[in-house]
Amino acid sequence: MRAVRSRNAMSPNARRLVSFLGILAFLVAVWEGYKWMGTATGGVWPGTGIALPVRTNERSMPHTWDVVFALLRPARRGGDMLLLVLLRAALFTWRSALIGFLLGSAVGFGLGVLFVRSALAERGLMPHVVASQTVPILAIAPILVVWAGRLNVTRWLVVAVVSAYLAFFPVAINTLRGLRSPDATASELMRSYAAAPNQVLWKLQVPAALPYLFPALKIAATASVIGAIVGELPASMPDGLGRAILNFAAAFSAAPEKLFASILVASLVGIGFVGIVVLAERTLIPPSRRLEDLSEPQVRGVGA
Amino acid sequence: MSALSLRGVGKVFNPGSDQEVRAVHGVDLAVERGEFISVIGPSGCGKSTLLRLIGDLTPPSAGTVSVNGKTPSRARLDRDYGMVFQSATLLEWRRVQANVELPLEIMGMDAAERSRQAAAMLELVQLDRFANHYPWQLSGGMQQRVAIARALAFNPSILLMDEPFGALDEMTRERMQSELLRIRAETGTTVVFVTHSIPEAVFLSTRVVIMSPRPGTITEVVDIDLPEPRSDATRQDQRFFDLLTGVREGLRAVEDP
Repeated sequence: MRAVRSRNAMSPNARRLVSFLGILAFLVAVWEGYKWMGTATGGVWPGTGIALPVRTNERSMPHTWDVVFALLRPARRGGDMLLLVLLRAALFTWRSALIGFLLGSAVGFGLGVLFVRSALAERGLMPHVVASQTVPILAIAPILVVWAGRLNVTRWLVVAVVSAYLAFFPVAINTLRGLRSPDATASELMRSYAAAPNQVLWKLQVPAALPYLFPALKIAATASVIGAIVGELPASMPDGLGRAILNFAAAFSAAPEKLFASILVASLVGIGFVGIVVLAERTLIPPSRRLEDLSEPQVRGVGA
Repeated sequence: MSALSLRGVGKVFNPGSDQEVRAVHGVDLAVERGEFISVIGPSGCGKSTLLRLIGDLTPPSAGTVSVNGKTPSRARLDRDYGMVFQSATLLEWRRVQANVELPLEIMGMDAAERSRQAAAMLELVQLDRFANHYPWQLSGGMQQRVAIARALAFNPSILLMDEPFGALDEMTRERMQSELLRIRAETGTTVVFVTHSIPEAVFLSTRVVIMSPRPGTITEVVDIDLPEPRSDATRQDQRFFDLLTGVREGLRAVEDP
């Protein structure tokens, strides 16, 4: 069936872009409006003496355009453009995040398969899997760094493991849900064909789980970036976004726009990563089988 | 050797607990090769359970089931059963052809033979033009025909059908019944068919088995001596109406004893 074209004849992608830009413009307007109001009233709500929660001076809230301009100026006097510095750091961090994402997704998928196969494994391991996500990643990361240091593992690989620690959880949960999604009658049909457990897994359960897997992979993609950034701190990686954010945070009062700029770049890494997963989903899953991410209750990994 | 023989077959769910359900009790039945047996009875009389006992989807609590002289479990492993349920249960990510090929793939048949066999089955159910469609592109009746083609793909000796036309509208349902008779005439498969529709049972069967409510047991077996081959004209036949009345009275007797 063909979708009915709306009156304004915009493609769904164009409409999505327009709404994205519209919301972005709105957020910028709120930021600048608040800043303008605070400057006009001297930092209080209009007509009252109540102080505004966030100060509106240049040291707390730089102009949005200053953040963008900061990206185009040298990070240090005579050095490279800040954008370039941040992109280099982002690429470095993304390498760890990508390895962490792949590793975490593989582990998560494996756990899902293990749990659907063995109720005993699910009962015994699931509480630990859930508990693993309640431990702050900030506490786990240095332990892993120290352990890996004894084993002479490259440090960015250690960072990848920290990132995988956050990425595996949503994948494990949704894989399990997806593997369990086929109807009882479908399983009975497979039984009537005298299918071996592996045939049931690969011909019925895994294809049925794919639509469930992709929303989890999107969460894993963003979680792996957070994991990599956080993991870089105890690993004292000098080259990644983690160090850059730490440095610019220390210099926040002098140059706040640089920290905001690095936040911007860090979130672009996450968005780009999710974009790749979305592309993979569009290629592999026909529209009729895609799950709406937001209408489905999703399990989120607990962040840093 | 009969195609199917049940002796004193019973099924109790959750035995010994306060949720104990005696679903089926003391069922004796012998089905010859090529017969078309309908099992009819009020809702919850255990007719689906009986079908599941035959198909080795649940083990009996009492008695023995024998299929072509084998245990149900052996028969299942030998792929003696083709099963069709009320929902077509097609795999939505597979095209129609690939859905029919699924059991053949599991048997390990090579791709060329598999594709030939599935194409022949789709021709049998007259859906060869839809081989490359996805299930959601088909109507409910067509989906159920694919399910029948899939069940017959590996030439099972017994076809077990659990209210396969229950979700279809009356017109489609009658068309599917004629279709099923034509398919069975071509394949000679033994069929055990669960339904709660009296005209459906009478039109299709060589014998209709009437079951009482819990614990489900066979109260009457009605021989259907309608002339073969049956067609839409059969539905106007006086004998058809007489048999409907006979089965209806048999069912009344078990509902208000």
